[in-house]
Formats: sequence, C-alpha cells, structure tokens
Amino acid sequence: MSKKMKKPESLRLHVPEPKSRPGHSSDFGEMHLSPAGAIPRPAADAAESKLRELPYGLIRVLDDAGQACGEWAPALPTETLLKGLRAMMLTRAFDERMMRAQRQGKTSFYMKCTGEEAVAVAQAMALHPDDMLFPSYRQQGLLIARDWPILDMMCQLYSNSADRLKGRQLPVMYSVREVGFFSISGNLGTQFPQAVGWAMASAIKNDTRIAASWIGDGTTAESDFHHAMTFATVYRAPVILNVVNNQWAISSFQGIAGGESATFAARAIGYGMPGLRVDGNDFLAVYAATQWAAERARTNHGPTMIELYTYRAAPHSTSDDPNAYRPSDEAAHWPLGDPILRLKQHLIASGIWSDEQHAALQKEVEDQVKVAGREAERIGTLGSANPDPSTLFEDVFKDLPVHLRRQRDEMLGA
Amino acid sequence: MPTMNMIQALNSAMDVMMQRDDNVVVFGEDVGYFGGVFRVTAGLQKKYGQTRVFDTPIAEGGILGTAIGMGAYGLRPVVEVQFADYIYPAFDQLVSEAARLRYRSAGEFWAPLVVRTPCGGGIFGGQTHSQSPEGIFTHVCGLKTVMPSNPYDAKGLLIAAIEDDDPVVFFEPKRLYNGPFDGHHDRPLKAWSSHPTSDVPEGHYRIELGKASIVRPGNDVTVLCYGTMVHVCLAAAEEAGIDAEIIDLRTLLPVDVDTIEASVKRTGRCVIVHEATRTGGYGAELSAIVQEHCFWHLQAPIERVTGWDTPYPHALEWEYFPGPARVTAALKRAMEVA
Ligand SMILES: Cc1ncc(C[n+]2csc(CCOP(=O)(O)OP(=O)(O)O)c2C)c(N)n1
Ligand SMILES: [Mg+2]
Repeated sequence: MSKKMKKPESLRLHVPEPKSRPGHSSDFGEMHLSPAGAIPRPAADAAESKLRELPYGLIRVLDDAGQACGEWAPALPTETLLKGLRAMMLTRAFDERMMRAQRQGKTSFYMKCTGEEAVAVAQAMALHPDDMLFPSYRQQGLLIARDWPILDMMCQLYSNSADRLKGRQLPVMYSVREVGFFSISGNLGTQFPQAVGWAMASAIKNDTRIAASWIGDGTTAESDFHHAMTFATVYRAPVILNVVNNQWAISSFQGIAGGESATFAARAIGYGMPGLRVDGNDFLAVYAATQWAAERARTNHGPTMIELYTYRAAPHSTSDDPNAYRPSDEAAHWPLGDPILRLKQHLIASGIWSDEQHAALQKEVEDQVKVAGREAERIGTLGSANPDPSTLFEDVFKDLPVHLRRQRDEMLGA
Repeated sequence: MPTMNMIQALNSAMDVMMQRDDNVVVFGEDVGYFGGVFRVTAGLQKKYGQTRVFDTPIAEGGILGTAIGMGAYGLRPVVEVQFADYIYPAFDQLVSEAARLRYRSAGEFWAPLVVRTPCGGGIFGGQTHSQSPEGIFTHVCGLKTVMPSNPYDAKGLLIAAIEDDDPVVFFEPKRLYNGPFDGHHDRPLKAWSSHPTSDVPEGHYRIELGKASIVRPGNDVTVLCYGTMVHVCLAAAEEAGIDAEIIDLRTLLPVDVDTIEASVKRTGRCVIVHEATRTGGYGAELSAIVQEHCFWHLQAPIERVTGWDTPYPHALEWEYFPGPARVTAALKRAMEVA
C-alpha cells in the first residue's frame, strides 16, 4: 500500500504592497468604478438588510461631461452649488497660503486637504448648522463651510495672542464650540466613539440634532473604530461615521489598513449598519449621500457609515515628502479628478457659470486669504506674540489646584 | 570607527541584530518601505525583506498584541510606536499582557519584545508629539524601561534590549536624534559628529541594562538624569560653576541603585532632573531611593527639576521645558545649604 503522502505546505506571510512605488509609473488600473448614476438610491428608511450591495458600489453623480446623473443627483439650488464651490476654493487657497507660511518659518506645522475639499465642504452643507462635528485634522473645510472666519483659524495656526486655544495646540488642531466643531485630538480615531456618545446623548434627551465624525482610511485600524461602530449600531445612535479613504496613511497605502480585499464601507455590513461608498471628489454625490444618512439618523433609523473615496493629493503634512514612497505623478493619474474642477465643469455645463466668473472667484478667495493673512501676521506669528506664560497652567482643571498654583508661582519667579 | 548620529546608531543596532538572529523582526507604522517617520528603520526592509520588516495598520494595540504572539512563538519583535504619545492604545497589551505573561504562566510563556518609541519635546510638537511617559511604565512590574542619551549608548542599549528575554520599553528622546541638545534653543544646532559618543563601532556590542553611566565625575552634588536632560544638566553644571557629578541612568528599570548610592553618599547632595511631569513621576521614585539609601549622608534637601504638571504646550514650549536656567537654580539651592 503506497499512499502518496502530500508534503504539508509551508506557510507564507502576505504583506500588502501598493501597485506602484517611486520610479514606477502610477497605476490605478484595476480600480472598479461604477459609472455615474448607476447606483439606485434606496429610501432613507430602508431596512439595512436591503442595503448590503451599496458598500461594494461607488455612488457617483457627476459624469465625465459634468452632467448630474441618476437617482442620487440632489436637487440643489444654484446658490448652494456656488456656496459649495466658493468654500472649496477658499479652503484650497487657505491651504496654499498656510503651507507657504510654514515653509517661511511663520509656524511649526501644517496639513493640507488638497483634493479632498468636497468631503468636508459638501458634508458640512448637507448637515444642519447645529449638528455636531467630530473631525480629524483634515476637515478644515467644515469650518470654512460653516463660515467660520479664516482669520481666527490663522491665529490658531500662529499660536499668537489672539489664538482662542491660548497657543496650546499644534497648528490645525482647531476647536470651535460656537459652530459645533469639536476639539481635534492628535491621537487618531478617538473622536469616533465620542461622536457616537454625543449622538446617544442627543437621543437620550429627545433632541433633534445629530452628530458626524471623520477618520482616515488608516485610522480604521484603531480599536476606536470598532468601539464606535459597535455602540452606534447597538443603540441606533443618530450619527454619521465617515471614513475618508484618501488612499494613503502617511507612507502606508490603504491596503495596509485592510482595504485590499474588502472596501472600508463593507465593514458596516458586519455590524448591521448601512455602509455607503461614495466618490469623494464628486460634490453632488457626497452631498447626496450625507443627506441620505442624515435623514436616516434624524428619523430614528440609526447610524450610517460613509466611505468617501478620494485621494490625498498633498503631502501628509509639512513634515512629509511623499516622493519617498509613491510615484510623484500619482495625483495626476487619480481617475476621479479634482473636486473643484468637477463642480466647476458641472456648473458651466448647466449654464450657470463661466471660466471668467471662475477666474474672478479664484482671485476673490485669494484676496480674502491675503487680507486675513496680513491681519493674522500683524497680530503675530509663532513665537512673536506668545500668550501670557501664566496661562500655561489654566484649564488643566476648572479651578487651579494648589500644586499648579505653586508651579505657576515658581515659573513666574514669584 | 564610523561617526553616527542617534538615528544611525539605532538603525545599526537593529541591522546588527537582524544579521545575527533571524528571529528578530521589525514592524510598526511606516517603518517598512519608508523607513519610519524619523528614518530609524531606513534600509532595513530592503536588506531583510518584507516578512522581517513591515508596515502595520495604525493600531498600537494590534502592534503590541501581535508582538506578544510572535514573542510567544519564539521571535524577537522590535516594534516601533511612532510617538510615545500614541502608546496608550497599546497600554492594555503592555501592562496586562507583556508585563505579566512570564509570571502568570510560571515561566511557560514570555514575550521578548522591544517597543521603541520617540519621546520628549523641544520640537514644537504640541501635546501629542512631546510627552515623556516613562514613569507610567516604570510603575508596571514586568517591564524594563530604557532611555539613552547619545548614539554610542543608544546602540549598545538597544542591542541589549533586543537580546533581553523580557519586554523592554525603549524611549528615544527625539530632540537628540540629530544632535546633542543642552536646552539652549536659541543657539545654533550642534551635530553629533563633534561629540565623542558619535564614535560608534560598526559591529555588535552591548551596554548591560541596569547600569548607569557617570558622564561627569564631580564632588559637590549628584545629579540624577537621563535622556535629553543629561545634556541640559552638563550645560547647567558648567554655567553654575559647580562640580557636579552627573549620572546618566540610561536604564530606569532596573535602576542602578549602587551607582546612585555611592555617589550621593560621597557628595551629600542630590538634584533629580527629568522632562516628564512632576507629580508621581520617576523623579519621585529616585528621590525615595536616595532617602532610603543615603538619608544620613544628605546635607541638603533633594531637589527635583521637571516639566510642569500640564500638557505640553505648543507656543510656550520653552517656558515648559526644564532648561539649564531651572537646573542651575536647583544646583545652587542644593549647594546653598551648609
Ligand atoms: C494613535 C495614533 N497613532 C499614530 C499617529 C501618527 N499618525 C498621525 S496621522 C497618521 C496617518 C493617518 O492616516 P489616515 O487615517 O489615513 O488619515 P489621513 O492622514 O490620510 O487623512 C499617523 C500614523 C497618531 N496621530 N495617533
Ligand atoms: Mg488616509
């Protein structure tokens, strides 16, 4: 009896690798894109069990010619579209100037959101002004869309004497309670369950406001993602949990976060939560998806996770050089285009906008940034107008305890 | 001997160990292709391949949990937590698991892992890129805690940590990566190349864990410090014109009690300096050790110079940082008592 013994197979470790690295040509070849208008729009109160294909599609409204297509196309007044365009352009101009300011030594650090402007701007606009936002560091567009003065943002970036955060926080770690913008943490992902908690509180108190939060593709790996998803589904919290998949987490491509074989939106299925996957560079699609999720939350149908499929066109931060880990022309090959140019194209195709008007608006937002920039610099750049040193000890607690009072006195030489 | 800065010395330690022992694996956020946000693992993936040096998902708890599993299998994981400020999601795996695995299994299982993590301020990193949480880890039974202050020690200590069969939390003062820093932030940056400790042997050598180093022998007062503060204390002693004996502890746990004791008994005075916050900090432990072992030899109260008990501020970084002026004042106070 000679039964051939099969040699047991040696195990191998799989380590995901992006399609292209520096020195190679950029490749988004196998990206599966649903055509604009292809995905049906279910009713906002549809049962979760009927929504399980959405995480594997890609909700897109704007086609290559700039036409709004399909059931997701939102009927938005011209005024809203123009406000969105302006907010995105202002966000970009702001980013350009503040990146330069950092390079000139006016502050220590900056982070742009170039290419991702539609995410924050369209989402802020699709929500109510009093809905609560729990952002990451890359949603400066939320503040701009809520008409928060960019001068105030600049003072935070310069940690100057007019900085509402008393010079304490790293630049971009804004906090603006007045417009429902939660204090940004440097520790990734912590805001996700906090947003769920805020939404649960709103439900406990029979309020009408909902919450929304944003994390990056990379951050979905943190356990706080799981905590948020679990609590949100268990308590059917009125919250929108956004994952901004901009393909990169510093030098790690989204496959390292688990995006290689399933979409991020698909994770929602396992929790029993609807998951939408949206073209994040399509202002109309982002607006529509957010509106759908907001309506669902407002009518007690619980949370939605939205994956915003986009591309981080800029370096991770001023401390980063992406040419060290991805092809330098990769942004130019991103198949979903630029959110500002796509909305512009749509507006022109709709006959309500022109190249001339666009150029004039571009100049207008740049001037606005310039004027605010000069004023912020007049107040002070980093180190030139520091907050009063004694403020260092404030706000650790509501009241200054004795040990901190002693330390303050010691510092001031009292 | 080649001249290395701290980044190169740490890189060389991992390189040497990966060459000698194919159970050594290196992983963490951005450490693979990119070589780490501070470039400490640069070139290792290219040399040793993707299954020995790789990027991980952004999940510090996951990094530590899997490192423990690999350690239990028999590997020697050397993991990076990108900033010490981001070690907290891994806290449970470190404190409840890595630290106690040997004890709770009565020696059946253990996790010979090293967690490398950049700590300390001085780079305008704000409250989430500046912390010095070493005291939290020295409080945990079962973890060794190390913080080097120069390239030569960094390499020798990291090799010893990798060869150690117990978990080691290895803090790298990021302000020292590219040059010694004495706290005079307004003066031009110095490079390691002009510092004697940048002569780093290419090959394998160890600096035993638990052994302090007397970086400046002296007779008047003992200064206990580690990390960036070693350079601050050296400058302060010089500026104060005080013949201080400056001890770089290097390993905080287990700490070199013998060296501390011999010095303080001789000088009769002691100043303790760390960048971390004060209350419940590692300095409190040092102070207790000194009074337990040297009480009858002390001629002055023990002084502590530390970061203030607040989060690390952005703009007021230098008001926060315990620089040479504060250390000098403490040295003088310690000397004033007859
Ligand atoms: C808990 C924690 N771990 C690590 C970091 C360091 N870090 C800052 S941003 C970042 C990448 C985040 O990528 P992603 O979530 O995709 O967001 P993106 O930057 O692309 O917007 C990392 C690793 C951190 N801030 N917090
Ligand atoms: Mg990302």
